[in-house]
Amino acid sequence: MSAATETVSGGSARTARIVIYALLLVLAAVYLLPLYVMLTTSLKPLDEIRAGDMLALPRQPSLASWYKAWGEACIGVTCEGIKGYFWNSIKMVVPAVAISTILGALNGYVLTKWRFPGHKLVFGLMLFACFIPFQAVLIPMARVLGIFGLANSTAGLIFVHVVYGLGFTTLFFRNYYEAFPDELVKAAMIDGAGFFKIFWRILLPNSGPIIVVTVIYQFTNIWNDFLFGVSFSSGGASPMTVALNNLVSSSTGVKEYNVDMAAAVFAALPTLLVYIVAGRYFVRGLMAGAVKG
Amino acid sequence: MSFLQVKNLYKKIGSNDVLKDINIELEKGGFLVLVGPSGCGKSTLLNAIAGLMPLTSGEISIDGQVINDLHPSKRDIAMVFQSYALYPNMTVEENIGFALEMRGVEKAARAAAIRNVAKTLQIEHLLDRRPSQLSGGQRQRVAMGRALVRQPRVFLFDEPLSNLDAKLRVEMRAEIKRLHHKTHATIIYVTHDQIEAMTLATKIVVLKEGVIQQVGTPAEIYNRPANLFVADFMGSPAMNMFKGSVVTTNGVREIEILDNNTRVAMPSSVADQDLPDGKEIILGLRPEGITDEGLVDPTVVSMAKIEADVTLVEPTGSDTFVIAKLDGTNFVGRVRADVSIAPDQRFTFVFNLDKAVLFDPSSGLRLV
Amino acid sequence: MTTIEPVPIVEQRQHRRSFVDRLGSMLPKIVLAPSFAITLIFVYGFILWTVYLSFTRSRILPVYELVGFDAYYRLWSQPNWYMAIKNLAIFGVLYIGLCIAIGLCIAILMDQRIRAEGILRPIFLYPMALSFVVTGTAWKWFLNPGLGLEKTMHNLGWESFKFDWLVNTDMAIYTVVIAGVWQASGFVMAMFLAGLRGIDGEIIKAAQIDGAPTIAIYRRIIIPLLRPVFLSAIIVLAHMAIKSYDLVIALTGGGPGNATELPSTFMYSYTFTRSQMAVGSASAVMMLMGITAIIVPYLYSELREKRS
Repeated sequence: MSAATETVSGGSARTARIVIYALLLVLAAVYLLPLYVMLTTSLKPLDEIRAGDMLALPRQPSLASWYKAWGEACIGVTCEGIKGYFWNSIKMVVPAVAISTILGALNGYVLTKWRFPGHKLVFGLMLFACFIPFQAVLIPMARVLGIFGLANSTAGLIFVHVVYGLGFTTLFFRNYYEAFPDELVKAAMIDGAGFFKIFWRILLPNSGPIIVVTVIYQFTNIWNDFLFGVSFSSGGASPMTVALNNLVSSSTGVKEYNVDMAAAVFAALPTLLVYIVAGRYFVRGLMAGAVKG
Repeated sequence: MSFLQVKNLYKKIGSNDVLKDINIELEKGGFLVLVGPSGCGKSTLLNAIAGLMPLTSGEISIDGQVINDLHPSKRDIAMVFQSYALYPNMTVEENIGFALEMRGVEKAARAAAIRNVAKTLQIEHLLDRRPSQLSGGQRQRVAMGRALVRQPRVFLFDEPLSNLDAKLRVEMRAEIKRLHHKTHATIIYVTHDQIEAMTLATKIVVLKEGVIQQVGTPAEIYNRPANLFVADFMGSPAMNMFKGSVVTTNGVREIEILDNNTRVAMPSSVADQDLPDGKEIILGLRPEGITDEGLVDPTVVSMAKIEADVTLVEPTGSDTFVIAKLDGTNFVGRVRADVSIAPDQRFTFVFNLDKAVLFDPSSGLRLV
Repeated sequence: MTTIEPVPIVEQRQHRRSFVDRLGSMLPKIVLAPSFAITLIFVYGFILWTVYLSFTRSRILPVYELVGFDAYYRLWSQPNWYMAIKNLAIFGVLYIGLCIAIGLCIAILMDQRIRAEGILRPIFLYPMALSFVVTGTAWKWFLNPGLGLEKTMHNLGWESFKFDWLVNTDMAIYTVVIAGVWQASGFVMAMFLAGLRGIDGEIIKAAQIDGAPTIAIYRRIIIPLLRPVFLSAIIVLAHMAIKSYDLVIALTGGGPGNATELPSTFMYSYTFTRSQMAVGSASAVMMLMGITAIIVPYLYSELREKRS
């Protein structure tokens, strides 16, 4: 509705616009500040950090802390950096995102195009599952993972993320397929396509945007998860976020702020990258998760 | 035995009767139009015939074979949808060929069939495009191509022209008629547009609230509507309705309409009906039955000249519709375009009573 | 026709159908069944399990002998729990209020035909892509009393500047608010911006012709029209506030002392480190009840509206 400023207006409009731009620039600087500080700190040597000014640019930028964070920093008793944990996260995220997205797509398809009595109840129960505080399932899940030998394993975390991601992926696909014309499905039915053929040949090829949204949403959520990671894994099997927290909050030895920040950059990098490349879809995913319907 | 038959079909959704005791027969090569206002159940009926919706009871058969329990793909029908329902991810060629592909038709045979249909519909140059690159009329043609290529026993059309603009609609209407003439296909066609129904059908079924009101040829439906609903629904502008009663003076039975002593002769359509004196009736007369004196059909047997106050004049170019008031009742007449006529004027209309029909006001049925 | 009914194989005349046909008609349900079963077991079954545990005397390991409301009595007699509730109230109110106020202001500024919108919007939104752990780590450093903001201000010549909230028992919870607002306000901005863009421009034009000044147009017409966005934003933020765990752990670790304890950190520490599983379960049940009270009416009304 940007019509508000479209009209002919007097001389004060110019001042108003300068104020608006100034406000926005200041705000943008404030939002960027923590990222800036994180990046510059990671590029500074420790004595420069101790002596100097947080906001100053590094005098001699160096990637030394990045190498150290990646390959040498001590987390717990091992000193091999965060690289192992980074790969743990990748190995966890990729299958978890793939499985939950595929299941969500099938669920959304059934819940919109093959409705049966009670479909609303089924959807309602799956939807509410998105919103429960995970604290309410933490203890039983820990027990069950233990019983099946999945505790402290990537497989266990994949399973947990699929289970608690299903609600959202189903919601995304259901809302998308809800708007997908029923007549196309009817036409395909008359043309002789069956349940899976219709899904594979008609719906899926037209689901590009929602697949991107779902994958990004799931990727971000699972990569950024901390609670499940810290509850169901420990030591060398932990995901990136848990390792980062262990690194930063460990109180042994000299506090290497630059290494901490470098590790934080590594933890932030994948999701930031996704956000930069596909921000539009990222926002759409957030909205879809927020404004149901 | 007719080619397509619907027997005692009922459809309930919840406790609602969406379709009640539907009985339809259609000969091979016939063009049946289901017409009615929105919500009358016509699309539901078409979906039931297609197998996209379960019946509550009743039987549908094609060529003697009961198809109630067959999957839509096994009924040997094809359907053209209101939205065309073209698969957006496929080219025109793939869209038309999809049904054949699903039935395992060889690629070469498929290509030949697609070419053939594309030629008939003059869409050969569009085969590589996707639906989003087509205009409304082109999409419409592709949708028909997808139906034609199957050579099914019955074609189902669900309001196929309602998404087109007025000019294109008239063109495509003619196209469909031409196609029917050429292929002798058996067609069931749903529309809410009574002009489409009149121009296309060999047989019209008028539906209202899930009940068949009348089945007949376009001429029968138009000239001899079974009841007030059909009379009012078919034809534009709608049929004029005058309240009146039967009076006998000096042994001659006449009809007195409205409040004053306007009397008209008994219409020929009910000439031999023995209506008692004082019987309340509704006289229906289409606008073309109310004209100016210069337009009177010389073969007319019975007519009446009636003066009325003109309230509105609507020239259409070819002729002019005049809305006039007679004793508080508005009616529409159709006069020549060159007649000079203006609002607030008194004008003498000629009522052609050969075209009039009478209805029973309590039952709404036409008196025959 | 809004829905396609499945081709009616199951409902009628089953005797005529072959096994394959019947299997075909069951296919959609068969496909959905695993997901639904997983949800029933791992969400609802586990919730019941947790509820059950909250009525036992479980400590380091679960025991299944019911002892009534014992754990709840113990929960509600913990000063820690009151601290968690109080902190959640402070955090929740400020977090929701500030995110909405800041988000709405930026959205309105951004809606003034800003030329650089494509650059500015991602800047306000990127924190949402970060993990709470990263956010916590960054802000912990940024607010570090020795080397962070405070020192920077001293260097700039403001010698008396003091900012020790991170280690100040009374103020630490507000650092959580700051970091949380930094992370989520851009997202709220995006919601409001989408809402603003969804408003029919002709309404605004009509108001302008009626002679309303810009401020009046916002106050009397636009902001009231954004009501649904306010509702969605409050629900989403409230939900995030109750669940937020990672941020506190990374930023303050719940401290200093128990100064930034929240129900989520309380639950975790009582269950997994203090071996008070029953009390931990009881606190999880309380959290669940809180979220249910917010989410269920909201979901109900959202799904309702869709139908009509």
